[in-house]
This record gives sequence, structure tokens and C-alpha cells, in this order.
Amino acid sequence: MKFSLQINEGPYQHQAADSAIQFTKAALAKGHEIFRVFFYHDGVNNATRLAIPPQDDRNITAEWVALQKEHNLDLVVCIAAAQRRGLIDEDEMTRQGKDANNISEGFRISGLGQLIEAGIEADRLIVFGA
Amino acid sequence: MAKKFMYINRKAPYGTVYALESLEVVLIGAAFDQDVSLAFIGDGVYQLTKGQNTKAIGQKNFSPVYMALGDYDVNKIYVEKESLEERGLSLEDLQHLVWEDEDNDYEEKDSIRLVSRAELTDVLDEQEVILSF
Repeated sequence: MKFSLQINEGPYQHQAADSAIQFTKAALAKGHEIFRVFFYHDGVNNATRLAIPPQDDRNITAEWVALQKEHNLDLVVCIAAAQRRGLIDEDEMTRQGKDANNISEGFRISGLGQLIEAGIEADRLIVFGA
Repeated sequence: MAKKFMYINRKAPYGTVYALESLEVVLIGAAFDQDVSLAFIGDGVYQLTKGQNTKAIGQKNFSPVYMALGDYDVNKIYVEKESLEERGLSLEDLQHLVWEDEDNDYEEKDSIRLVSRAELTDVLDEQEVILSF
């Protein structure tokens, strides 16, 4: 089956972020396809490469990056939600005249149309959080 | 082939950002020519109330945007009857949302469909993509 995921909550604050990773791993292990993972609301915070969780805790962003590399996942961060919350990539940094960027490798920034398309293309859209 | 998209709105309009960001998805999604429905349940029914005034909390009052949904061909708006009643509200407290029926001489029709919890269950059962906010 072809799945799309929508993640609505940030890491560590809310279990939704963890559940989404665990779902992704389980689905891939069963041979399912993940069409796209779309990060929305505070879920965009899963994409920051500047988070420093304690060493004895999980690193959610790093887990996504590892999964992305292994399975070539399409990890999309909503641009409107991200800009509101100070999550930007290098291109946006330049365009907006900001002095830093924080989006991790493995993620890409795009619009809400990507979420709708994810719903159209997948057999199931699973919403985590909210 | 259009899919049946349902946006479920469950939160009050200003306590969290979910209502506003749900509306943003609905407006973008309208460009994709899908079969779109909205449902308002629980505290989500407050999103549609008329006479909202956000001046004292310093946030943007986005409630007028719901009035424009008809122009985006978003005209199936389900409001759960029990959720209204539990909050002491009725249809009279909500904005009068309408759409113009192109196939019927642009007749103005109501967008809001007041449904019971049981009826809404059936509506949800028909959907293909459900996004909850």
C-alpha cells in the first residue's frame, strides 16, 4: 500500500512525532511505500538540524535523516508553517535576508499543494497529532 | 478522478493555530478540483460563530474568510448538532455561509448542513482522505 503521512506536532513535546517515525519504519519493513511525509503546524520543528537532545535520548531529526537516506523518502516541510516558526533553508535565508538557516539535509521546503497531492496520490493519508 | 477530501475542524479558533492553518490548507486545496467537505465538531464549531472580535487578544480575525469559501467551490460544510447544543449554540450564532449554484441561475444556497453525530459518522464513512485539525 502507498502511504502519505502528515505530522502536525513538534519533536519531544508530543508523541506524534515519534509515532510517525515508528509507523514509517513498520510500514517500510512490511514492504509498503511511503509516498511523502508532510510536516505541518509545529511539526515543521522536526526538520531543524540545530536541536541538541540529551545524549541518552533519541534524536528525532537524525532518525528522519537516516530513514530518508536509506529509503529515499520525500520529507516536505510546509513553507508557510515553517516561515512563521523560524524554520528556513539556505535559499529562503538568502531570499528573506536572514543571517542563518536551520533546515536539515534530507528535508525540502515546499507548499501546501504538496500535502493535497500526497492525499491524492496515496492510498491512505495518515495524520499524526493535533 | 477527484477524491473525496474531508477537513475535520475540532479546535476553537484562537487558542491554538490549528484552525487558521486548517483554513490555509482548505484554500490551497481548493485549486486541486477535489470533492471537498468540511466538518466542524467539538470546539471547532466556535470557528464559524459570527461577530468575532479579536482586538483584545491582538490576533488577526480570520473568520471573514469562511464567508469566501463558497467562491472556492467549498460548499459542503457539516456542523455537528450535538456540538452546538453542548455549547449552548444554535445555527443562529453562526455566520450565514452561502454559495452560488452556477447550474441553477447562480441561485444562492446555504453551505452549512446541520447534521447529527450519527449522520456525520455516515458522511465520514464516505470520505477518501480525511485531514483533522
